Amino acid sequence: MKRAAPLLLVLCGAGCGGSQSVAGRDGVQGALIGGLFDVFLWTTAAVYLFVLAYLALALVRGRRHRRDRAGAQGEPAAQAERIWHIGLIAFAGATALILAGLTVATWLTDRALAEAGDAAPLEIEVIGHQWWWEVRYQDPVASRIVRTANELHLPAGRAAHITLKSTDVIHSLWIPNLAGKQDLIPGRIADLSLHPLRTGVFRAQCAEFCGLQHARMALDVTVETPAEFARWYDAQLVPPPAPTGGAALAGFALFQNRQCASCHAVAGTPASGMVAPDLSHVASRRTIAAGTLPTTRDNLMAWVADPQAVKPGNNMPKVPLTEAELAALGAYLETLK
Amino acid sequence: MTAKKKKPREYLRDGPDFTGAPLHEKLSETWRDGPGLIGWIKSVDHKSIGKRYLVTAMVFLALGGVLAALMRLQLSGAEQEIIGPDRYNQIFTMHGTTMMFLFAVPVMDAMAIYLVPLMLGTRNTAFPRLNAFSYWMYLAGGSLLWVAFVLNIGPDAGWFSYTPLSGPEYSLGKRIDVWAQMVTFTEVAALAVAVSLTATILKKRAPGMTLARMPIFVWSILVVSLMVIFSMPSVATASGMLLSDRLVGTQFYNSYEYGDSLLWQHLFWFFGHPEVYIIFLPAAGFVSEIVQAYTGRRTFGYTAIVLALCATGLLAFGLWVHHMFTTGLPRLGYAFYTAASMAVAIPAGIQIFCWIATIWTGRPRFMVPLLWVIGFIVTFVIGGLSGVMLASVPLDLQVHDTYFVVAHFHYVLIGGAVFPLLGAITYWFPKFAGRLMSERLGRIGFWLSFLSFHATFFPMHIVGLQGMPRRVYTYPAGMGWETFNLISSIGAVVFAASVALFAVNMLLSLRKGERAADNPWGAPGLEWATASPPAPYNFAHIPIVADNSPLWNEERPVAYGLRVEDREMIVTTAVEAWPDVREPSPEPTAWPLIAALATTVLFVASIFTPWALVIGAPPVAAALVAWFWPKRHHEGEPVIE
Amino acid sequence: MSSRSPASLLLLLLPVALGACDRETRDYRSRALQSTDRPAAFGGNAYHLAQGQRLYAWMNCAGCHAHGGGGMGPPLRDDEWRYGGRIDQLVATILDGRPNGMPAFRDKITEDQAWQLATYVRSMSARTRQDMLAGRADEPANVEPPVLDERKPVRRVTPGQDDATEE
Repeated sequence: MKRAAPLLLVLCGAGCGGSQSVAGRDGVQGALIGGLFDVFLWTTAAVYLFVLAYLALALVRGRRHRRDRAGAQGEPAAQAERIWHIGLIAFAGATALILAGLTVATWLTDRALAEAGDAAPLEIEVIGHQWWWEVRYQDPVASRIVRTANELHLPAGRAAHITLKSTDVIHSLWIPNLAGKQDLIPGRIADLSLHPLRTGVFRAQCAEFCGLQHARMALDVTVETPAEFARWYDAQLVPPPAPTGGAALAGFALFQNRQCASCHAVAGTPASGMVAPDLSHVASRRTIAAGTLPTTRDNLMAWVADPQAVKPGNNMPKVPLTEAELAALGAYLETLK
Repeated sequence: MTAKKKKPREYLRDGPDFTGAPLHEKLSETWRDGPGLIGWIKSVDHKSIGKRYLVTAMVFLALGGVLAALMRLQLSGAEQEIIGPDRYNQIFTMHGTTMMFLFAVPVMDAMAIYLVPLMLGTRNTAFPRLNAFSYWMYLAGGSLLWVAFVLNIGPDAGWFSYTPLSGPEYSLGKRIDVWAQMVTFTEVAALAVAVSLTATILKKRAPGMTLARMPIFVWSILVVSLMVIFSMPSVATASGMLLSDRLVGTQFYNSYEYGDSLLWQHLFWFFGHPEVYIIFLPAAGFVSEIVQAYTGRRTFGYTAIVLALCATGLLAFGLWVHHMFTTGLPRLGYAFYTAASMAVAIPAGIQIFCWIATIWTGRPRFMVPLLWVIGFIVTFVIGGLSGVMLASVPLDLQVHDTYFVVAHFHYVLIGGAVFPLLGAITYWFPKFAGRLMSERLGRIGFWLSFLSFHATFFPMHIVGLQGMPRRVYTYPAGMGWETFNLISSIGAVVFAASVALFAVNMLLSLRKGERAADNPWGAPGLEWATASPPAPYNFAHIPIVADNSPLWNEERPVAYGLRVEDREMIVTTAVEAWPDVREPSPEPTAWPLIAALATTVLFVASIFTPWALVIGAPPVAAALVAWFWPKRHHEGEPVIE
Repeated sequence: MSSRSPASLLLLLLPVALGACDRETRDYRSRALQSTDRPAAFGGNAYHLAQGQRLYAWMNCAGCHAHGGGGMGPPLRDDEWRYGGRIDQLVATILDGRPNGMPAFRDKITEDQAWQLATYVRSMSARTRQDMLAGRADEPANVEPPVLDERKPVRRVTPGQDDATEE
């Protein structure tokens, strides 16, 4: 009937993964939760079918009663009612048992999630801002701390422990393919454990309403082999090369001497603004503006030309620039790999 | 007028010799409202107040529905720019706020105010002027919110307005202040109704109607009223503290000064979770009444259902942290809330079993209200089961704040409250209006609503699992969310049309519907012993009740002796309903309106300046003094058997 | 501790209702900058005030001026203004800098942002409309919120005179 089609769609939805999907199950935590979801889905589907069958039978039987006897109102005799009282107790008991079972399954999964941490996880700090993600890879050696924005690279097969903080309002980091979400609450420090199993390219999104551009606060997550991750990490530690000539050099000068440097930072240059995303390796990211636009020179230029047109209400002002200045900046930003 | 006589006067009372048409004339004169607009304004008749509550709530339903249609329009495709982020944030906030504060609870209050005195066999509620006051406060609060929305001061931080986003630093201007003060208005209105109904249910029942013989709907209203009394102060306190932070610089929600932004969530959800049961339990009451009338038998499992209602009411206060599973509170505490949130499904399941058993063992007539009940069962159970999923912490960590939750709560709120409500309006329409609603239009409307509802909200489960968060004004292309969003949007438009069709049915039936007898459905409740619509005095003689389906008995005993030329009602004992005292009932008066106006000025002005509290208080005090000034009524007299 | 006088309560309500649209507009397209009456456009808009508050923190104004109490730089909460306290004078101060240590921010922030900062600075001496002021900010509170302040007049002082009156 009408009920079958949605169930098929659910199964498809559950089975077809995506880059931002609960069905992905690409991490230990995600897989544990996914397994629990399967248990719940089948159990609740069975309960629902039972209730539907009960209702259908009642409609049929009731209709038959109607045709059979007309006459006095009131319920059947107490004797006939007894079987229904037993049925009620059985139903309530069964409901309680099923719910108890689901609760126990929940607790077991919860405990497995708690125990899923590693002894020496990769330590990362994510700080939520309106409307972008600041990401810092911690390291006991200060010169090996990596600061980036709106992207997360993780080695497959190794646990990561993310410390969550917020500078302004409540945000929520949600990487559905890997794990459940956790809120970033100002004044509190929260934890999120990840343990990716497979390589892949995923997308995370802010999941707590945080203002005007909550809809465009995403995070690119790349899970790669440990070797690839080490290469990426080392590349992040190296400041971008200084531009040598042409438009890129002009753009570099603009960047340092105009409004850009007062908010943004580029490693190896005087620009060390901390309130906006770190742009040292912006051209190597998949997207800019927290997942809003794919990184291309045109998009970089479009973003700088009028951020309020792309992401209205965000905190980057529209800086008045001529065509030539814009082109120069675009050329420069492209070199920041 | 001033001299007290030594001997009690002989008052005209109803009796076996004073009955029929002459009694009707005298009683009508005593109990009816004055003529014209002034009479309508001064009315303290619960039927009049109930009807205006209902109409106002339906208007807010329509307004909230328009907002929903706008949201679905914006989300029908990826990256659309029909509505910008600021306006969209205001729209979804107004949609939630209107539906939760201005429609869902008031409409249940409306039905309760109208029906409870009739079901109890009495002439008015216990505090009629308080009912009138609550209506004016509700109207004022709703108007404040919507006028503000039109003036671009509508709130934009979500219907539950989390701090610090809604705090002084991140929500600029007066938008959130308007929201917080609207909450104060609606809380005062709801508390007033709850107090009035609790007193009515406990003390104004017909003689012989013990607690165990009350209609199930009345039980649901009793439980709900007590829930309102315990939960509403929490949100009023929370919003008051938010106003204080925003306007005069207190630090309640400032984590940098030893406040806590999480405090808002605790205080809000301590109210917010019982709130949804405050909305659902009256609907469960509707279902029990409808099912009994259309199957020709008393609802199966009266005791079980009543206990389930009470259990839900109690349990509802122990669940609120399930809205906060992602905030990082201790996991051991979360485990308790998982268990409690699962447990609350048991009373709901018991009621479902009983209703289906009633249909099975009865002789169902599939008229429109019963169709709505069947639609309710099919829909609400899905919502309840997705709720069981959400109760589990690990699952909630994935689907919290996604469209999965949006799907869940629309299934339980629309399926669980609106479907029974539409069935209930259809069922009691002959009583409200004296005419029957069109059965044909009702059927078409039901099927349209039912199918379009599922088309709108079922895909949201899937799209939430596929990663779409809530409260987003747009979403990127290429995520695979476009198709389901488009289906939801089309379904939403059809659903809106079906609700409009219901309203059209109501309006047409008011004019041209078939005239209704006193008891067109052959139902057992006392409300069907009155005329359709009831006379201003409800019952010519107060009925005496021997079981919980009084109109299915051959005999209809009545009690005699209430005054006819003054407003008088009988007060009975709380549990056994022995007649106790005869008590005067207030005459129509405009003081509730005046008090509400003064309070409105006080509340609205205090958004703009603290001086309002000083200047606005004396008029409120004056109005209350005038309202409560002792009238020269007769004293209550004990009952003589 | 006193706020506005009771008489102004009535005067407040009417223009407040009518001016609501302008106060509440989230003007992220910088329409106020194109307005012919910039002081009114910026001064009457809560969005620009809030952005100014954010920029005050981002641009580290507190490094010299603390939260208006002053330090290396003069206080911003009082009534003494060396270079003028009108909003356009504040904008000039911010963009061009001033002798005695106020740096020029012309190439560090946009003109729009300078007007937003000036709007916020004006609010520190309670010269902004009452209904636009926030009770407090979400940060450690070491100053009274502007809503509880008396509105301060603007007194023009020269640097020399300022030194002479210092205790």
